[in-house]
Amino acid sequence: MSSEPFEAVVARYGPTVLRVCRAVVGPVAAEDAWSETFLAALRAYPDLRPGSDVGAWLATIAHRKAIDQLRAQARRPVPTEVLPEPASRDRLPGGWEGDLWEALSELPLRQRECIAYHYLAGLPYADVAAVLGGTAAAARRAAADGIATLRRSYLADACAPQLEGRTLR
Amino acid sequence: MTAPSSAENVLLAPLAAVDAADLARLRDRLAAQAASEDVLDVAFRTVDSPVGPLLLAATPEGLVRVAYAREDHERVLADLAARISPRVLRAPARLDRAVRELEEYFAGHRQAFDLPLDLRLIKGFRRVVITHLPEIGYGSTASYTALAAAAGNPRAVRAAGTACATNPLPIVVPCHRVVRSDGGLGQYLGGTEVKHALLVLEGALA
Repeated sequence: MSSEPFEAVVARYGPTVLRVCRAVVGPVAAEDAWSETFLAALRAYPDLRPGSDVGAWLATIAHRKAIDQLRAQARRPVPTEVLPEPASRDRLPGGWEGDLWEALSELPLRQRECIAYHYLAGLPYADVAAVLGGTAAAARRAAADGIATLRRSYLADACAPQLEGRTLR
Repeated sequence: MTAPSSAENVLLAPLAAVDAADLARLRDRLAAQAASEDVLDVAFRTVDSPVGPLLLAATPEGLVRVAYAREDHERVLADLAARISPRVLRAPARLDRAVRELEEYFAGHRQAFDLPLDLRLIKGFRRVVITHLPEIGYGSTASYTALAAAAGNPRAVRAAGTACATNPLPIVVPCHRVVRSDGGLGQYLGGTEVKHALLVLEGALA
């Protein structure tokens, strides 16, 4: 069986890759990471062996491109207190760019990636380990540690403003 | 890569929603980048027309495929991926000119198409036949026998018919102007009623 049109790959995996990019690199660089991932995938697509696991293949490329974006971000001049606004027009209080990203960004990169590839992309830990390196057990542990921290930092934060709002009224 | 549902996903719920407009913008950007970096082997789009939705596909060399809905656009794209390259993306820009000329044609303002064509899907004698089709002028018709003769093999009437039936560029390369010697319309890959409609549009039929 020959490869299906790349358009179908973008349609099937585009949303998931965007979620992963957002969770791993954050609002400022997520869209560049998405674009770089699919452009690199498109370039290599004719050489992908038919019958390959396209999702795992894309995950590997997305991982590489996320690292590139994070390195580029680190090289850029340190931003002032005011970060550039993300392109999003719908930055709601409950949107991911706010509290959730703030909490995610405080996790070690490895934990963020293990959470993104397992919970957002749905890869089993064996595949997460294949993409990121290390063992499945270590990937599982990193994701669990990250989730535990998020429960403390993000869920605690997310509930606090509501309580404050009530007491102020 | 599909997300499982779990308690953790409640925690990550704000990331679950992906705005359709965000994705559309990213896909447009990907198509533009792919074209400028020369990795967009097949660009396609669909366009509505009086004879139903048409799929248009182009390589960097030119228009390579026009397909009617009854050919099943998904199947046509899969076929292009197999025969040309799987680097297939919806990328309307490369097809702007083809769309404009088709609109002019259906409005009755254009009698001949002036587009770069990529004939790679047509092999051998069929290709000879197809390259002679534009000689049948707007508003006129020719028989399969005459077409075979024009292609240099008057006895290859059946082959001329097959070339028309498998024309990858209908409308633009006017196989609809070839009719049976007995006056019948003959087969058409878009359906006989579409062939009739095109010949009426061109004034070849009342």
